[in-house]
Amino acid sequence: MMLALSVGALVAGAAYLMLDRTFLRVIIGFVLFGHAVNLLLFSSGGILRRTEPLGSGPDPAVTADALPQAFVLTAIVIAFAITVYMLVLAVTGRPDEDAPTEEAEEGPTPDPAEPDAPSDTDDRSGADDRSGAAPRTTDQESRA
Amino acid sequence: MSPTLLPLLVGLPLAAAGLTALGRQGARWPSVVLMAALSLNLAAALWLVTTTRSGDVLAHGVGGWPGGISIPFVGDTLSALMLLVTGLLTLVCSAFALTTGLGAVRLFAPLVLTLTAGVNGALLTADIFNLFVFIEVMLLPSYGLLILARRGEGRLGSVLGSRLYVTFNLFVSTVFLAGVAFVYGTAGTVNLAELAGAARSSPLVAAATAVCLFALGMKAAVVPTHGWLARAYPSTSPAVTALFSGLHTKVAIYAIYRVYAVVFEGDQRYLWIGVVVFSATMAVGVLGAVGEDTMRSILAFHMVSQIGYILLGVALFTPAGLAAGIYYLLHHMIVKASLFLSTGAIELRAGEGRLDRLKGFARREPLLAAAFLMAALSLAGLPPFSGFVAKLTLILAALDAGQVAAAVVAIVVSLVTLLSMLKIWNAVFVSREDTDPDPGGPGGSGGGVAVSLRERTELPRVGVLGSLPALVLAGITLSLGLGAELLLSLASTAAAGLLDTAPYVQAVLG
Repeated sequence: MMLALSVGALVAGAAYLMLDRTFLRVIIGFVLFGHAVNLLLFSSGGILRRTEPLGSGPDPAVTADALPQAFVLTAIVIAFAITVYMLVLAVTGRPDEDAPTEEAEEGPTPDPAEPDAPSDTDDRSGADDRSGAAPRTTDQESRA
Repeated sequence: MSPTLLPLLVGLPLAAAGLTALGRQGARWPSVVLMAALSLNLAAALWLVTTTRSGDVLAHGVGGWPGGISIPFVGDTLSALMLLVTGLLTLVCSAFALTTGLGAVRLFAPLVLTLTAGVNGALLTADIFNLFVFIEVMLLPSYGLLILARRGEGRLGSVLGSRLYVTFNLFVSTVFLAGVAFVYGTAGTVNLAELAGAARSSPLVAAATAVCLFALGMKAAVVPTHGWLARAYPSTSPAVTALFSGLHTKVAIYAIYRVYAVVFEGDQRYLWIGVVVFSATMAVGVLGAVGEDTMRSILAFHMVSQIGYILLGVALFTPAGLAAGIYYLLHHMIVKASLFLSTGAIELRAGEGRLDRLKGFARREPLLAAAFLMAALSLAGLPPFSGFVAKLTLILAALDAGQVAAAVVAIVVSLVTLLSMLKIWNAVFVSREDTDPDPGGPGGSGGGVAVSLRERTELPRVGVLGSLPALVLAGITLSLGLGAELLLSLASTAAAGLLDTAPYVQAVLG
C-alpha cells in the first residue's frame, strides 16, 4: 500500500512539473516519473520476499526476484543518460522556455550565416564544452 | 548458416560503431567502414529473408541458455522483411548524407551504426523488456543525429525539435516500461513466447499489455498523439528525416503487429478500437497536411496518415488484412524515404523548404523530378506503382472483413493525398521561374523576389549523385508495383506467421 501511494505521489508530482513551460522543470518531472516507474517495476516482482538471490543455497521462499532488479538497473542507466542529455539541450541555444510559435519562425536562412550557431559536435563532446556553450547561449539570447 | 549468428546482427554494427567512434574529424575511413558495415547488414538481411521465405522460424537463446531463461533472438519472415527494408533505407540514406556532406561530420558513422544495432535488435527480440532496451539503443543515437550538423550550420530550430522529440520519447518509453512492469506483475514473464495467448485468457494481462500497446501507438504517431512527429521531423536535416521516417515509427508498428498477434492472438474483441483509431489517423493526418506550407511538414503529416493505413491491417486481423498491412508497411518505408530524399536534395540546394519560394525544379533537376513524381504517385496509390497494390489489397481486405466505413475513409484519403502531392509538384517542380512578376530572369536586379531568383539560379545543381538515392528507391517502388507477386507472397507468409504463432513460440522456447 505504501509503495502504491509513493508511486501515485511521484506520478502526480511528475505530471505537475511536466506541464510547466520551463524545460528544467520538465526534466525534473521526468526524474520523478522515472522513479515512479522504477518502484512499479520493483513491486511487480513481489515485495515480501527480500533476501538476496546470491550465495550458497538461496531459499526460494524468501529470496527476492532478481529479474525486476535487473530491469530497474537497466532502466535507471538509460533514464540517467537521457536526463543528462536533456540538461544539455536545456542550456543549448536559447532561453529555457518552449514556445511553439517561435519554433515555427525559426527559419533556416538567418542561422547558417552565424559562425557561432550551436553545432552538434559542440553539444556532445562532454562537460568541458558545455561551459563553452554558455556564452553562446547568452549571445543568442541578446540577439533574440 | 545457423541461427547462432542472429545476435551478430546487433553485435557487428555495435562493434563497427565503437571502431568508427575513434575516427578524427575529417577522416575518411569511418565513412568506408560505415558503408561496408551497412552493406554487410543488408546482405545478412537478404540471407535471412531467403532462409525464412517459406515460413521457417530461426531462434537463438544468447549463451545457449534454455528457452524462457535466455535472451531470445528470433527471425521469422516478418522480421526478416523488416530487416531487409530498414537495412536498405539505412544504406541509401547514409549514402545521401555522404553526398550532402553531413556524413563527414565526425560522429555520423558511429551514430548511424548504433541506430542500426538498435533497430535490428528491436526487430529480432522476442522479449518485451529487451524490446524496450533496443528501442532505447535505437533512440539514443537518434537524439544525437537529430541535431547533427556541419560546423557552423547548426540551427536553433533543430534544438527545439530535439527537445520535443527527446521529451516525448522519454515519456513514451517510461510509459512502456510501466507496461512491462504490469505485464511482469500479472503474467510473471516478459518473454513473448511464454506470453503467447496470455492476454486472451486473462483480462489483467490484457490490460497490462494494452499499456505497452498504448505506448507503442504513441511512438508510431497514431492520432491523437501524432503532433510530435509533424513538429520534430521537419526540424532536422533532410537525410536524417528520411532515415527516421523509415526506421522509428516503423519499428513501433512492427512491435504492435507482433505483440497483438502473439500476446492477444489477434483477439477479435478489441479490434474495433483499432479500426476506429486508425481510420481517424488516416483522415486527421491527411487533413493536417493541407494547412502546411513546407515540403517536409506536408510529407510528415502524410506519414501520419499512412501509418493509419498500415495499422488498419492489424486491426482487421484477417489473413488478407495482415498481408496487405505488411506489404503496405514495406512499400511505405521505401516510398516515404524516397520522397524525403528528393525534396531534401532540393531543400539543401535552395536552403529553403517553403512551397512559395521554390519554383521550376522540373527543368533544373529532371532526375529528381522523375524520382519525386514516381514516389508521389505511388504514395497516392496510382498504378503501376507499389502504392496501388498496397491500397487495393488493403481496401479489398477491409471490405472482406465488413469494415466498409474504414474502406471508404481509405479511398477518400487517397484522393486528398493525391491533391496534396500535386500541390508540391505544381509549386516546386512545374511552375516556371519566368511566371514571376519580375521577368528579369537570371542576373536581374531589383526587389526581393528578383534577388532570391538570382540567388537561386546561381545555386549549384543537385546533379546525378544527389538524385541517385531518391531515384533508386523510386525505382524499387515501381518494380514492387510491377512485380508485386513476389513481395505479396512473402507478406502472406509473414501474415501466416502472425496468425498461427505456434512455430514462433516453439522456436523460442526450444
